[in-house]
Order: sequence, then structure tokens, then C-alpha cells
Amino acid sequence: MTKIFVDGRPFDVPENQSMLQACLTLGFDLPYFCWHPALGSVGACRQCAVKQYRDEKDSRGRIVMSCMTPVAEGVRISIRDAESVSFRAAVIEGLMQSHPHDCPVCDEGGECHLQDMTVMTGHAYRRYRFSKRTFRNQNLGPLVNHEMNRCIQCYRCVRYYREYAGGHDLKEFVLRNLVYFGRQNDGVLENEFAGNLVEICPTGVFTDKTLKQHYTRKWDLQLAPSVCVHCGIGCNTSPGERYGTLRRIVNRYNGEVNGYFLCDRGRFGYEFVNSPERLRQPRLQKGGQGETADGPVALVHARKLLDGGKVIGIGSPRASLEANFALRTLVGQERFFAGVEDEEHRLTARMLEILRSGLARSPSLGEIEKADAVLVLGEDVTQTAPRMALSLRQSVRQQPFELVDKLQIPRWLDHAAREAVQDAKGPFFVAAPHPTKLDDVAAATYRASPDDLARLGFAVAHAIDSSAPDVPQLTDGVRALAGRIAEALKNAKRPLVVSGPSLKCEALIQAAANVAWALCRAGKPAALSFTAPECNTLGLGLMAARPLGEAQQALKSGEADTIVILENDLYRRAPREQVDALLASARHLIVLDYLETSTTHKAEVVFPSAPFAECEGTFISNEGRAQRAFQVYVPEGGIRAAWQWLRDLLIASGANGAAAWQGVDDVLKTLAGSLPAFSAVPQAAPSAAFRMAGEKVAREPHRYSGRTAMHANINVSEPKPPDDPESPLSFSMEGVSEQPPPALIPFFWSPGWNSIQSVNKFQQEIAGPLRGGDPGVRVIEPAKPTEPDGPAGPDGNARADFLGAPPAVFEPQPDRVLLVPIYHVFGSDETSQRAPAIRELTPKPYVALDSEAARRFGLNDGDLAEVAVNGAVERLPVKVRDGMAAGVAGLPVGLPGIENCRLPAWARITRP
Amino acid sequence: MLSSEEREEIEREFAHYPTKEAVCIDAMKIVQRRRGWISDESLQDIAGLLGMSVDEVDGVASFYNLIFRKPVGRHVIMICDSVSCWIMGYEKLRTQLTSRLGIKMGETTPDGRFTLLPIVCLGACDHAPVMMIDNETHRDLDPEKIDAVLEKYT
Repeated sequence: MTKIFVDGRPFDVPENQSMLQACLTLGFDLPYFCWHPALGSVGACRQCAVKQYRDEKDSRGRIVMSCMTPVAEGVRISIRDAESVSFRAAVIEGLMQSHPHDCPVCDEGGECHLQDMTVMTGHAYRRYRFSKRTFRNQNLGPLVNHEMNRCIQCYRCVRYYREYAGGHDLKEFVLRNLVYFGRQNDGVLENEFAGNLVEICPTGVFTDKTLKQHYTRKWDLQLAPSVCVHCGIGCNTSPGERYGTLRRIVNRYNGEVNGYFLCDRGRFGYEFVNSPERLRQPRLQKGGQGETADGPVALVHARKLLDGGKVIGIGSPRASLEANFALRTLVGQERFFAGVEDEEHRLTARMLEILRSGLARSPSLGEIEKADAVLVLGEDVTQTAPRMALSLRQSVRQQPFELVDKLQIPRWLDHAAREAVQDAKGPFFVAAPHPTKLDDVAAATYRASPDDLARLGFAVAHAIDSSAPDVPQLTDGVRALAGRIAEALKNAKRPLVVSGPSLKCEALIQAAANVAWALCRAGKPAALSFTAPECNTLGLGLMAARPLGEAQQALKSGEADTIVILENDLYRRAPREQVDALLASARHLIVLDYLETSTTHKAEVVFPSAPFAECEGTFISNEGRAQRAFQVYVPEGGIRAAWQWLRDLLIASGANGAAAWQGVDDVLKTLAGSLPAFSAVPQAAPSAAFRMAGEKVAREPHRYSGRTAMHANINVSEPKPPDDPESPLSFSMEGVSEQPPPALIPFFWSPGWNSIQSVNKFQQEIAGPLRGGDPGVRVIEPAKPTEPDGPAGPDGNARADFLGAPPAVFEPQPDRVLLVPIYHVFGSDETSQRAPAIRELTPKPYVALDSEAARRFGLNDGDLAEVAVNGAVERLPVKVRDGMAAGVAGLPVGLPGIENCRLPAWARITRP
Repeated sequence: MLSSEEREEIEREFAHYPTKEAVCIDAMKIVQRRRGWISDESLQDIAGLLGMSVDEVDGVASFYNLIFRKPVGRHVIMICDSVSCWIMGYEKLRTQLTSRLGIKMGETTPDGRFTLLPIVCLGACDHAPVMMIDNETHRDLDPEKIDAVLEKYT
């Protein structure tokens, strides 16, 4: 800690930060534009000027930029000094010369950093009376809107997009007062994290184009703390609602998880909630016709179907813990099946076992960002766990930072630090069957079939620790690469291995674990991160469900005759014929879901369940972090949370214990009591009984307008706001005026800080944890070794013996290719692909061939090819994608049209 | 498509710099010397050759006022409009030029002979007002001298 003086008052602040950051941490309102906690200081905008004094006798001082001035012992500054105050006002006045007076029609209005800073500096009267410079705007695609006239040239957009997110198609053009930020030509922004421009831009140049379709001011939104459901990472979000539809999602800061940024799938995938394909009333199948019914009628009907007692339940990795557990309770542990492909189920179990019994810890994204040597083994992270890719991209700065430190350049002095290291990057290795978007920061890439990728992993582990299994028949090149990777990981302070189930290859997962464990055995605090395909893959995985493949058996053997399917489209999980056979052999089929799917079409009874924004739920992320998503609004129609439908079925079936389940707290309590893996889950968020000064936390900002009038077309009397006995939040603008605990923050706002940057006021220190700790509770930790080099075993002691054995060498075939799955950030996820903006960016099905393979099969880019795989023949256009591993081709999975195809698999590709 | 001479000349520059991107300005000067200006197509070709995005190359191109992103005439007149030349009669010079050529600042004559552009300081204030045509500086100008100067350029 260092002592500084601000306006004569002494403060103790941490070292290694700028004066601006220190002042903001201390709670001072000091305006800024070009600085951003994730981007550091460049001193471009001159907005954060303060007076610095030599010593206590110095009364003249000099103006300095607080963002460029390091904190140091005894530094004296003044924020209130008259000259600095007028300097800051003059800077704003200059910026405002060309800023349009269009706040009333600007989407940023009401949550605009420029508005806030303008008010803060007191520049309230415009003297400039001349014409302003104007620009032509660009169409940047369906996600981000562009309005260049509002630009104040802070350069944050290009610094974020290019330097932080690694994009190349956004740039500054021209010079002087005509500086233009955009693309060379109109077109979709290529980076998967472009949506963050909406929050990075301090004004309304980049705004959310999906919000524009149903615009609502921030203060008119009803919001709740939520968790993204579009992959396994579990980014924290704030979805906002008005008039019963979801309007947008913004980032909800969590220092350990998503920090300041989301991926575009997570930010813009929400519109599936507003889809016309939503199920809103229970539906009964009668004589081949679907008929809507009231809840009680449907429940009575469903109960009759369950009467025989021979019921199996199929859970879902996209349903909450509460819903899965309620189903498990309804059908019994023995009859609860995992609603995922069997191979995925097996791999999930394997990953959980490795993370819970092994030596290496699964890192948070915050820790991933700080890793200083990384091996990515068999994952295209940008497509399978997008937000993690953004963290990995930052990790390559860690080792070069040592040079920056040696030169005594503060790390936060961004351009000086970048200039010092030039293009130097820390050791980062990507091994994947095809090129990935992280290759540009990789020290080396390795392209091979899944088995050969695993062999590389085994070789790395062996190179680190010779007691790990050796890899026979390794080529010199691969052995040298393995040696290089091993060396880099061994020499690192915080090495990281990333892998996952995407290639459906157990050997890859074992190899990744072996590498991490070999490092741990060598005394390195190695981290091991597995991606998870869906938002609750690990939660479902911890419930010890039976594999889906056994469900058919259960029906055939007469063990069961009725199926209850929870929020799951089985047609995405298994081949059509198998699902058809499974569903046909059931006498009765009950489905709970929020969207119409091929599975709901077959159901005898459909219960409309609530997606993430319409009910509470707890999810376990790939890190092993249990996080609560709160209900944002009360949906119209007969929609209820899946666990509530299931509870009512339980009660109707005579299980009176379920009557005690009044809210998710009660369900989680039972869950925690019956399955030890979940014992910490109730701590993910405060219970429904939580109050501050006797009050709940308001979901609506206190300026929420029109409450008395917004339903006047229905009834002129203002309706009573809905009660929410299930959570400590209220559907109202009335509530506690202090800052709620971190897990309950519906939105960031602080007096004078209307933009998302108000998060400054909620953090213990700027860019650090939220006050009270970052939300979520880790439920997956490695077992502690009983002794330092302790014995291994699944009995609670950390195991250190190495797993598996390297697979045989992959042999490319002249007449066939190994078809591997290719994932798409836009398209491979089931729910977000039903959001119109995401759908626009979803590729059409294709088969990806290397140009060499294409030549061999006599095919050109765009030609139709016949792909014979898994006993079926598909006609797909060829996409020539260079850099694919030899003997390997790719098929995009999860896209509409290719929902289920078991990959990897050998395929024959021919010209039709 | 870049001609093979252009490509070779650009590639020769690679040896002088640690990275390909650093050749960006030289590459555009090479292409502009042969073609007079940098078209969108040239921009793409240069970007491809240097491993940059077209946005990045245009960011550089549009920053420099001597890289032309629109076609220019056979000869480019740059007339200095900074303070010394302004004191010494820049405005009269400009009036003479625009009326003789029949174009406004920033335009090209219909016969493609001249493009007229402003420039800030040619470093010859002691001989103000000045203008530059192609690579030649014309000093101590006055409206009467303009015709004689222009005649030299066909």
C-alpha cells in the first residue's frame, strides 16, 4: 500500500496502478474516456486531468493526466482545483463541438458515458454555433449499429477490437476532425466479440441493433441478475424486459468469470425467448390433434399417464439443476436418464472424475487470462466456449509482461507496454484438426486427427514426466514439438492445459489431464480447463444419471412404458431412427419445454416451461461454479418453471414431500441434502428470505416510467405488481437503496453514473472483485493430497497416476476421410440459433475439405458433394478450407439441417 | 492484380524492415507511382501481399494526404494554403488557378490533365507563395506567372 493525497486528504491505495484507477477505487468522480479498466491507459482524451503538486508547500502545481500518472508514495493531487476543473470542462466542450444534439433519439441516451461525463464536468451550455462534421454510417451486420456522427475519437473501439479481441476489420481512417472508425466497406464485423463495442463505446456510435428492433431505455427495463445459457462458460448477464418481451442483454461484471465482456452468441442469442415458436399453454394430444388446455387439466391428464408408475425421465444439460432434480425425484434415481448422446455423457463423467480426483484445478476465466503458457488440445475454443477464447488471447501477454516489468513500464501504460514487447507473445500452442481463430497468437500449431492430437498430448506429458506413458512410433517432428511444448509449460509460472469433449475423444481428455498432472507432480500449479457443451452439462453430469442409450432397453424390457422429457430435443441427441424407435416404444410421452421442437411434436402432453429469463435456476459452469440466474419477468400464458410443473406432478402423484418445495431454495436444499456433490450449491445466491433494511432488491430502476399507465389499454386501474415469494428480488422499482450483494445486482447504476461503467462503484477495487466477492460458488475442486507427494486414488485423495494409453497412429485413407465435427459460435447452439439475428449469421450446412482432398475427389469450392457417413448419404456443398489435417474433413454440427450426426466417423465423399 | 514489376519492387522492400506490414507505405507509393492512385483493387492486392486486412491498409492510405484514393489527373498541383503563403497572396493565386483550369479545389480537369489540391506548407516560406506540381516546387509565384508554369505540363 502507498499513501497518496487527494485534495489534501491522505489515502492508502495499492501500488501498480494509475492515479485515475486509484481515485475511482476511492470513489471520486473523475471523468475519463479513452481509459478502460481492461484496456489500460493511453492518455489520448485529456479528460482525466488533475493538478499534481511537488510537495505540501507547492501551491501552484501542474496539470497532469491522472491515467498516465502512477501511484507513488506521497503523491499529491487535486481533483477540485479550479484550473483542472475548467481544463476538464474545456476538453468536453471541444469534444462536444462535433457531437450531435440527438440524445432524445439516440439509443445510448440514459446510459451514455458521454452524457454522464458531460454532466459531471458541468459543461451545460453549448457555445459552438457552427455546422458539425458528418459521416456516412456503415451496415456492420445484424448485431451492431453504427452512427459515426456521435464519435468523440476516444479510440477505445479500435483498441478493444484490434488489440484486445484480435479483430482486423475495424480500423480508424483519415485524420484530424474527420477520423472515422469503421470497416473499409460495409459488412458484418468478423470478430465474435464485436458486440462488446456496444459497451466499450462511451457514446452512441456502436449500439445494440437487436435492441433497436424493440427499443427501450435502460431505466424502463426490468432486469435481473442472470447467467448465459448458450455454452458451458456461465457468463453473468443482465437481461432486460419490457411489456413481456426480452429487449436485450448486457454484461454483468463478474471479476472471476466474464469480467467486462461477453461473446456475441451470449449477448444476442436471447431473442429465442421472444420466438413465435414459444410454447405458452399446456397442450394435449387428442386424436392426432394438439389441443391447448389449462394447467390443472393438463396436470390431471399427465398424472393419469404416470399412474402406472413405470415412468422414466430424461433430463437435460440446458435445464437448471432444480428442474433436473425435480424430474429425478419424480421418476426415481434409477429411472433418470441423461439427455445427451452416450459418448458425451461418458466423456462428461470422465472430465468430472478428472477434475474431482486429480491434481489440477479447473481455473476461472480470470485465472485463464493470467496463465503464462497454454496448450489447447483438440478444442476450437472460439466456437465451443467463445468467451474463454477472449481470455486465452490475453494470456499470451503474460510472459512478455516480464520484459515490461524489467523496463519499469507500468503494465497498465498500455501503448508503452505494447511498444516495448512489439510482437512478442508468450508460449501458446493450439492442436486441432483444422485452423482456429486463436492460431494467430500461437507460437506453434499442430493439425492432426483427434487420435494424433491425443498422441501429441501424451508425448508432452511424457516429456515432462518420464513416468507418464511413452508414445510409440512418434515422428521426430512431433517429438520435437512435444518437447518444445513441455519445456514451455515447465518453465511457466502458471501453466494451463485446455481440452474438452468436442471431438468426442477420450484419449484427448486423458492426455490433457496427464499433461496437467505431470506439471503438478513437478511442483507447478498447473490448471486444467475442460470446455462444456451446454450451460448445465456439468450439473447434469453430477447427478449420476443413466446413459440415454439404456432408455430404449428400459422400455423394451417392460421396466417402463412412459417417458417424461425435460427441456430436451432428443432429435439433436441421437439419430432420427433411434429417437423415433424410442418414442414409438413408449405408451405415453410427456414433454416439458419452452420452444416447439421435433420432440414436443410427438408428445401426448406438453407443458410450457420457462426459459432462463422467466424463471429462477442454478447452473454449473465448466469451471465447476454454481451460479443462480434469477427470473427477470413474469411470462404471460400458462408458462411455469419446469421444476414447478414437476413438483405439481409429484404432489398429484401423492409425493407430499414435494409440497414443501415453495421456491428454488427448497428444491436446492433437498438436492444439497441428498447428493453431496451439490452441498454448496445453495450458497450460490442469497435465499428468498434475504432482506436489506427489511427490503427486497428492486428489479426496476427507480426511474422506471409508465408503470401506472402501461397496461391502461387493458384496464385503467394499475395492477398490483406480481409478488415474488421465491427470490429476494421484487418486480417493482421499490426496494433497497443500497448496493445489494453481488449475486443480486440486477443492473449497474450509481448516482451520476448511468452507463455500464457504473460498475466502477460496485467493485472492491477497479477491475477487481465485486464488493462482497464475485458471485457463484465453486462445487468442483481437486481432492487434496494427504501428503505432498501423496498416494493416488479415487477415495478422496488426489490421484497422480497417469491415465490411459496413447492411441495408435492415425492412418489417412485414400478413399475415405475422417469426418470431424466443426462448431460454429453462430449456429451450433440449440437455443441461440433460433434468435433471428444469430440465424442471419448461421452458415448453411457444408462439408469442409482441404484443397488437396477436394482435388482428390474432383471437387471445387461450392460444388455439391455426396457425403456417405453413418449409413446415410447427404448432399452438401463443398467448402475448401485449407490447413485441415491430412485425411480429415469437417462437418458443421448442430446447425439447422445437421442436427445430429455422430462424429468423428469415416465418410466417403464423391461427386454426385 | 499487381504487375510482376510492382510485386517484385514491393518484395524487394521486405528486406529493409522487420515485418511485412512495415512496407505498407512504400508499397502504396510503388503502386501509385505507376498507376497514379490506389484503387480499392490495388488496396486488396497490397493487403494480400503484406498479410494485412484491407481495412488496415486503408487506415494507412487514408491517413496520408499524398496517397490518392481517387483517380487524379496526369499532373497534381498542390498549392500551399498555410499562413506564410496566405499572407503573400495565396488567395489570388488560387482564384487564378481555379478560373484558368475551370475546376474547384479537389477536382480534376475534364481532360485529365490537372488535379488541384491544397497542401499545408511546402517548406519554402521564404519564397511564398508556392505550389508544387508533381515533384517540382514553383516559388515566388503571382497570378501572372501561372499560365507560363502550367504550359510546361501537358
